[in-house]
Amino acid sequence: MKKIILSVGIAVIIAGLGAGWVVAKKQPPQEKVTIVGSTALQPLTEAVVGKYPNSNHTSITVQGGGSGTGLSQVQAGAVDIGASDIFAEQQDGITAANLKDHIVAVSGIVPVVNKRLGVDNLTMNQLRQIFTGQVTNWREVGGPNLPITVINRANGSGTRVAFEQTVLKPGTHSVNAQEQDSNGTVKEIVKNTPGAISYISSAYLNRDVQPVKLDGVRLSTANITTNKWPLWSYEHLYTKKRPRLATQNFINFMQSKKVQNSLVEDANYVNIHDMKVERTADGQVSERK
Amino acid sequence: MRPEKIDRIATIVILGLTGVVGLLIISLLVYILATGLPNISWHFLTSSAEAFKSEGGIRDQLFNSLYLVVITMIVSVPLALCAAIYLSEYAPANRLTSLLRLAIEVLSSLPSVVVGLFGYLVFVLKFGMDFSLLAGALALTILNLPILTRSCEDALQQVPYLQRQAGLGLGMSKWRIVTKIVLPAALPGIITGIILSAGRIFGEAAALIYTAGQSSPAIDYSDWNPFSPTSFLNPMRPAETLAVHIWKVNSEGLVPDARAVSNGSAAVLVITILLFNLLARYVGHLIKRRLVK
Amino acid sequence: MMDKLKKQLLGPSAESKQELLGKLVSYIAIIVIGGLVGTILVFLTIKGVALFNNDHFSLWQFLSGVNWQPSHHLYGALPMIAASFGVTVLAGMVALPLALVVALALTEMLSKKINQFCQPLIELLVGIPSVVYGYIGLTVVVPNLRQLFGGTGFGLLAAACVLFLMILPTMTSMTIDSLRAVPKQYRMASTGLGATRWQTIIRVIIPSARSDIFTAMVFGMSRAFGEALAVQMVVGNTTIMPKGLMDSAATLTSVITTGIGNTVMGTPSNNALWSLALILLIMSLAFNLLIRVVSRKGAR
Repeated sequence: MKKIILSVGIAVIIAGLGAGWVVAKKQPPQEKVTIVGSTALQPLTEAVVGKYPNSNHTSITVQGGGSGTGLSQVQAGAVDIGASDIFAEQQDGITAANLKDHIVAVSGIVPVVNKRLGVDNLTMNQLRQIFTGQVTNWREVGGPNLPITVINRANGSGTRVAFEQTVLKPGTHSVNAQEQDSNGTVKEIVKNTPGAISYISSAYLNRDVQPVKLDGVRLSTANITTNKWPLWSYEHLYTKKRPRLATQNFINFMQSKKVQNSLVEDANYVNIHDMKVERTADGQVSERK
Repeated sequence: MRPEKIDRIATIVILGLTGVVGLLIISLLVYILATGLPNISWHFLTSSAEAFKSEGGIRDQLFNSLYLVVITMIVSVPLALCAAIYLSEYAPANRLTSLLRLAIEVLSSLPSVVVGLFGYLVFVLKFGMDFSLLAGALALTILNLPILTRSCEDALQQVPYLQRQAGLGLGMSKWRIVTKIVLPAALPGIITGIILSAGRIFGEAAALIYTAGQSSPAIDYSDWNPFSPTSFLNPMRPAETLAVHIWKVNSEGLVPDARAVSNGSAAVLVITILLFNLLARYVGHLIKRRLVK
Repeated sequence: MMDKLKKQLLGPSAESKQELLGKLVSYIAIIVIGGLVGTILVFLTIKGVALFNNDHFSLWQFLSGVNWQPSHHLYGALPMIAASFGVTVLAGMVALPLALVVALALTEMLSKKINQFCQPLIELLVGIPSVVYGYIGLTVVVPNLRQLFGGTGFGLLAAACVLFLMILPTMTSMTIDSLRAVPKQYRMASTGLGATRWQTIIRVIIPSARSDIFTAMVFGMSRAFGEALAVQMVVGNTTIMPKGLMDSAATLTSVITTGIGNTVMGTPSNNALWSLALILLIMSLAFNLLIRVVSRKGAR
């Protein structure tokens, strides 16, 4: 008796699975687009995917993994889009000529310090001296007598590359300091450590940490668009030279005025259409045509 | 000193240290629950996550975590159990066996991030599974196998040899002895092993980031067809688990209430494991009672 | 009629057929596991030696160098090896005696009621994700260490504390199992000879459970050794040789987790990370073998 029930049960399950498979096969095929890369950009991309009107025909998967992973996977052809915080030209081991760059947002980078420190303005020179280890006490830059705890970003991370490109002089490098690879952890450490300084992507700025003015200039969208605030970087989506239609459609959607004005700005990124300057991979800033 | 006195001192020291550890553990749990419980609400449990607005929930992540544990167990329990039977009942005491044992222990010392990357290169890319629950489950199986095999083997070994001899005396085959005598007697131990390992994979994040992925596309809870791409039962869809969600929200979360979400998720995770534990214990108890009859 | 009987008597019996099936199933399982381990080992080795084979970086420089600067193609892994080893041993040294003590108290001294309450509690702790331990480390352990010892609070000691918290439940739970496996008769015989409880514990129970206790230690410490996310949050990730317990450092795992997403597969800096993973594996292998030798000697 038990055996009969068991075999009937198994038969029903197999029949059910078979029927399910047939039904699923009959549904119109969906185009699949996979985006892999920058973890910092991931929340924004996911939000855009959530609003994508073509979602019936295209299923889009967004994954993190880091800019390096994104670029190497799109280069290898394993994914459709590689999300990156840095130019492909800046990444070791990537042949940028084989990839097509789509800029989808601009992100400010802001130095942050612990709130109780009482420092809210630094000159570019002071910032450089702090991050190269020439200045090790806050007293030397007009703060309290407290050793400076430098928290750098992980080697090769997009934010660090952009930061060093702007702040450090060519040929110098950062002091060997603590490294963290995510905006959230950096924020948490700066919040909990007196005397800590680091830098985060402006989208992640909140009241837990104190943003620092640079030469008296405050971080703001307007200042970024004119390069008055020089610490900013592009968020890229890289594809192969000839992306598939479904891929191109999604990128077009993300670059559209509608998305840029709503979602991108809501997430505290800077609208790409507002930019009055543009920057090349080697850091040259020029008037946008 | 007289032995009794030493005994008393030792007892006091042991109990004292145990008390300290107990206090430490309890304060740890209280800390997690106290910071997390205020953030848990019905809304939190039943709505989906937000990308950069507050008031997001964890419904999909919670379901994914549970489902992933189930899939992993379907893959790893039979494998680990059979391997444990081999090691405990069939394995000859020679070099090869000890090499196998060593191999399993080595597996247990693999850092989960390495397992994750292995899974990414092999399951996700080579086997073309994409970021999916199945790839995640396979990666978790690698992590899970050593501890599960070990505890299953321990449970089997603890069944007195006398019982096996009785079976042999009745002319039963070894396999029959294993399935009819040893396995039932070892079942409570095996279930404890399963709970323990389930607990470990429930909280695993590093191995899943590159295999099951870190995003949860919209899923349809009314679609029971496991082959349909939007179905909640589809094992080929990418899925973010609760532990990965905690990691993600903490490291690159744009939501303003990141701290609350992660504390709440941690508390939910702990409570789920607790419920899971109690349930499995109860089931084990039931099985034991039925076997005794 | 006779033929049938003959066939029945001479052919394999139902029992032996079943036996064959059972053997087949369990052999397949063990082959799958063995194959899996083999694949992973080969895979890691191939990936791990690429730095030396393809990029021609010297193995000796890799193992003895103290400069880790991927942007300048300097890959000296010694600071990470030292830090990984340091935190693991530190955490293990504190956790093992405590785990043993708790296990002894639970199995030999306390009543069954307390036991029934404590065991699920311990199993519960095993399941807490390492990220949560990391954040507790960041918000509780690090500030306290900073108050006590000065400095930033991030460093080897903080990592060891977090790891200690993480591996204690695993170790305790496994030690409890190993103590339970000691037959009751041993205890009775020892008590019957007039031994006190302490004498029974130290002379009978611990020696007979020794190899399992060692295994618990290996399991716990290998979890500590391979832990990435929690350590990464509190250790500071500074790739220089640590000079003291309060110095911030980087472990093998923390460097791998931080770097792997930011490097491109096939480049020297990515290969170097895989070499670190290989070292991680070799070190835990050596560790396992050492413990094995020790416990085998003890058993004799």
